[in-house]
Amino acid sequence: MCSYIVEKAALFGSAKGPKGWMQIDTANVYFDHPYHAPLDHALGIDFICEAEGGRDRVAIEISAESARELVKKILAALASGEAAHAAPAVAAK
Amino acid sequence: MNFPYQAMLAETVTFHGHNNDLGEAYYARPLGAGPYPGVVIIHHMPGWDEWIKEVPRKFAHHGFLSIAPHLYFREGPGDPDDVGARVRAAGGVPDEQVIGDVNGAMAFLRRQPISSGKVAVMGFCSGGRHAYLVGCRLPDVDAVVDCWGGNVIVDDKSLLNDKRPQAPIELTEHLRAPLIGLFGNDDPNPSPDHVNRTEAMLKKLGKTYEFHRYDGAGHGFFAVNRPNYRPEQATDGWNKVLAFLNKHLAA
Repeated sequence: MCSYIVEKAALFGSAKGPKGWMQIDTANVYFDHPYHAPLDHALGIDFICEAEGGRDRVAIEISAESARELVKKILAALASGEAAHAAPAVAAK
Repeated sequence: MNFPYQAMLAETVTFHGHNNDLGEAYYARPLGAGPYPGVVIIHHMPGWDEWIKEVPRKFAHHGFLSIAPHLYFREGPGDPDDVGARVRAAGGVPDEQVIGDVNGAMAFLRRQPISSGKVAVMGFCSGGRHAYLVGCRLPDVDAVVDCWGGNVIVDDKSLLNDKRPQAPIELTEHLRAPLIGLFGNDDPNPSPDHVNRTEAMLKKLGKTYEFHRYDGAGHGFFAVNRPNYRPEQATDGWNKVLAFLNKHLAA
């Protein structure tokens, strides 16, 4: 059944769409019938800039399994990336 | 050689919807003299997609005028999927507006010189709920086709809001037109329990209806581009719908 449930995440960053780069401040996240993906239900994310009216979006529709894998990889990339970029420990004299 | 001639025209048109707002719609018709009955197609939450435009062409092939209004036209311009995303973010469109838009689409069909004057409404998923609602709210609907419309029954009243203030089941006494419902027994919404309770209400109030429940099918089993597609059940379902409309929209 079509749902009207949307989770909103406040963001800071940019996304690239057909018109090029744009500032984004919000991700609308939902799990419902997709528009394009050949799935009965898909995890959809619309990256938008509400401050600019929210009319343009960068969108994805992926399977639930893909979404869970993506969440894991986002956390893994953050963990390893933040460790790599952390200031090196000062060697004890 | 004597070949039967078949032809149709399908195109985008404008129609006057709720508040007399001018919107876009997809309209298909046989290229004959008529008179033809009509069917208004109500799209699901994601919006005015390719599938919903296939449906009027199917009906035109079977001798109906058919129009699928873009129920989100006020949020345009833009690709229908982007427009649908805006509507989703805003929590959907109000029931009252949908009823007005469907009323306008029905009037569009009845104005056509080749119209028989008989018009049905058909919807899928949230559009199935809308079809049920429209059947209860508009007095001049000639038939209703509810394909797996969920939330016709709302057990959790906290789900009602300004846009969807009433569960359609509560308006069933006002339904005048015959109704056909198609449901998959594996569908969680509408669940078999909701389908049974809806049928019980229709029966109790003496309404003309027929329900068809399909084993081995879930939600949206007509959609050929999705895993839930069930060819046998979908073929039977389409045959049931066409037979129902031919019976109840006959001149």
